[in-house]
Amino acid sequence: MTKPLRGLSPTRQVLANGLTVLARETRTTPAVTIYAGFHAGTAYDPPACDGVAHFVSKTIDRGTETRTAEQIAEEFDSRGVSLSIAVNRHAMWLIATCLTEDFEQVLALIGDIAMRPAFPEAEIETRRGEIVTLLRQDQDNPATLAMDALLRSLYGETHPYGRRIRGSIETVERITRADLRGFHSSRFAPQVMSLALVGDLTAERAIDVTSTVFGGWQKPAPDTVDVRSVPHAGIRRVQVLPMMNKAQADIAYGFAAIRRRDPQYYAYSLMNNILGQYALGGRLGDSIRERQGMAYYSFSSLDASIGPGPLIVRAGVSPANVERAVASIDAELSKMAAEGPTDKELAESKQYLIGSMPRTLETNVGIATFLQTAELFGLGLDYDVQLPSLLAQVTRDEVHDAARAVLDPSRAAIVVAGPYAGVLQ
Amino acid sequence: MVSRASYDFSMGVREEFLDNGLRVLVQEVHTAPLASVWCWYRVGSKDERPGLTGVSHWVEHMNFKGTTNIPREKVKGIIEQHGGYWNGYTWIDQTTYTETATRDALDHMLFIEAERMASCLYDPADVESERTVIISELQGGENDPEQLLDQELTAAAFHAHPYRHPTIGWLGDLQAMTRDDLYGYYRQYYVPNNATLVIVGDVDADEALKHAARRFSDIPAGQVPIRRYTPEPQQLGERRVTVSKAGTTGYLKVAYHAPAVTDDDFFPLLVLDGVLTGAKGLNLWASFRTPPPQRSARLYQALVNAGLASAVSGGLVPTQQPFLYTISLTATEGTTLDALEEAVSRALGAVRQNGITAPELSKAKTQLRARMVFEQDCISNMAHQLGFFETIASWRVLPSIADRIQAVTLDDVARVAAARLIPANRVVGRFDPLPEVP
Repeated sequence: MTKPLRGLSPTRQVLANGLTVLARETRTTPAVTIYAGFHAGTAYDPPACDGVAHFVSKTIDRGTETRTAEQIAEEFDSRGVSLSIAVNRHAMWLIATCLTEDFEQVLALIGDIAMRPAFPEAEIETRRGEIVTLLRQDQDNPATLAMDALLRSLYGETHPYGRRIRGSIETVERITRADLRGFHSSRFAPQVMSLALVGDLTAERAIDVTSTVFGGWQKPAPDTVDVRSVPHAGIRRVQVLPMMNKAQADIAYGFAAIRRRDPQYYAYSLMNNILGQYALGGRLGDSIRERQGMAYYSFSSLDASIGPGPLIVRAGVSPANVERAVASIDAELSKMAAEGPTDKELAESKQYLIGSMPRTLETNVGIATFLQTAELFGLGLDYDVQLPSLLAQVTRDEVHDAARAVLDPSRAAIVVAGPYAGVLQ
Repeated sequence: MVSRASYDFSMGVREEFLDNGLRVLVQEVHTAPLASVWCWYRVGSKDERPGLTGVSHWVEHMNFKGTTNIPREKVKGIIEQHGGYWNGYTWIDQTTYTETATRDALDHMLFIEAERMASCLYDPADVESERTVIISELQGGENDPEQLLDQELTAAAFHAHPYRHPTIGWLGDLQAMTRDDLYGYYRQYYVPNNATLVIVGDVDADEALKHAARRFSDIPAGQVPIRRYTPEPQQLGERRVTVSKAGTTGYLKVAYHAPAVTDDDFFPLLVLDGVLTGAKGLNLWASFRTPPPQRSARLYQALVNAGLASAVSGGLVPTQQPFLYTISLTATEGTTLDALEEAVSRALGAVRQNGITAPELSKAKTQLRARMVFEQDCISNMAHQLGFFETIASWRVLPSIADRIQAVTLDDVARVAAARLIPANRVVGRFDPLPEVP
């Protein structure tokens, strides 16, 4: 029988150079998850040059001052380790899981990559080709095109949330080694790094090894970008992107919503769960998938971030059902805005979000992700203990207020991409 | 430090049989206050005959739409109320259903699976609405040129064996199948003597077995149809298939007829795949979601680092009968499929002629060992493996896998490469993008 949950109680330490370490020992598996984040997301792309951060994420691990790409590859591969590098609007993440006995060497290698990347020209050209291919694939992907167009519609082309994460073929073709080095140099610093280490090692050892690897890293502190709000949309904007070679149309329908730190966040989160997440897509799934059989996927997502991220409804339907699906989305949103949730729905969603925490925190990577989210948004080291009551105290009226504030079909941005060339209102 | 010795995948697995033939596997794992239940049926798309392709998968969908004791309106949230997660999948050899929730929901999860086994409703209105949902799933898949190509490749690789048709089914069958087709198939295959129930987590094994017995004992055993699969005749020469559709990117797939999981060639080929594309591990549910360590792998070096492919992947998945070992490549913008195919043929030819090196062998084994630790990081992944392997072979092979990988020699790999990576054994698929319709 396991002991009752006392909370994660992670150890947090800020090194002298400003690097934040979050450590949590677990005994589930003889492995360690290394989850490093840097405030070096696409929000920091130079003006008129979308795609630099993303390009950095594809090249930062292709050689350092003392290691070639082949050497790096061999050091990871020989330990069965795969380094994932991801970038979003705000951060770049370097994530790897290794066996316990490989922890020191793997962290040292990740440190070398983060602190002293070389960006060799030959590597840049090879990865440029990969990125261009990715962009061409995006051009053939209704879901990607619909989302890109929706975000541009909501935020505009120069706002950090409206810019293209991967850039365009035009911008990627002109990114130089100097651009990549410049981005790395200006954004990668210990003061904007947080490192979560979760697994089969003590907090003491985690901090010790981190100090050895990163302790000597000295750099001036970079600025952090502010993400401006966007004006309330006045009208409904609809865009159709015909792709007649495709079999299914993707609908992306959304609004600019709130920041993560907004006190109403928990009300919005529950509203979103009821609307388009709970069980098989919440109310949206009930209507569009279960009752009307129109879509295999139909759901909503809320991406409240440092800036006012979007609330987006998605569905994949046949072209014959596009108009009916959009009308169903309109109807569900109107209903939620007019009436709010039922008490039963609110209770069920709370119970689910609270009750699912042990599952969320079962794996090392689950814990590391949770710790990094709490760190990014300043939610506190005891966020896992606080979260249940933060959710529990949300009232039905607060959820209704959230719905009323954002779910207005007459102000929605809507994009349909796929084998549909109709006129959509 | 967590000791490696404690990492025996089948440590403490209790196996019991109910009188009706249901096999129950229970493993106590007390690392988190959770329990995971998987119920596996030995039925998949290979059991489908012409006219009924896609029935196993559609039956899976129907089995989430209410039972005698779980009315339709009570289905939504039935596991969410316990903070739980649920899912299911259908593939060529199997159909499975799973819930993972807090430990005190165990009996509830077993209740759900017992209801699903014996008492699903198959309301005709639900059949009709699910018809279009599945067609939507099919069409979503067809939006992806790689999935489309994979479907064509598999159909070309198998002339006779029912592995040839897609698990989602052919559209014509999905449009024509009736409620009676679905319900009849469900009744034939969803019997306790055709199933394995797996329970892993913070449970007491005796208690768990008692709960399982209480929930499942009253379900009568059934007569499973005699299974007939036409063995695939040996392929006599290379086959080629091309999909030509509007698109932006070229894709190439090279597939070889592969050994079943119980075949002597399986583990040598698994090691070979590690050398060629980086080791994935052996857990279909867990491992294929995280990228493999492949930057130093042969095909990555020869194709991606050479700028010919933007991505290369390979996979040898454990199957009950011989399926395919497929290598997939995305052509970089400006690279012709001819050039890509020529390069991959050259790289595979080198392995066919010369086998692999000792350092490569050692590295592949190390990768597999590490991946097999990583993929057992939660109870639902562990539970998956017990049921997955029981359904296609036996769960008892799990403890021996580490040793079997370790025992693979350079000669084994060389032999398998020489025997299988030959043109006569290969099917080549190309997605040749036509310019977009203006």
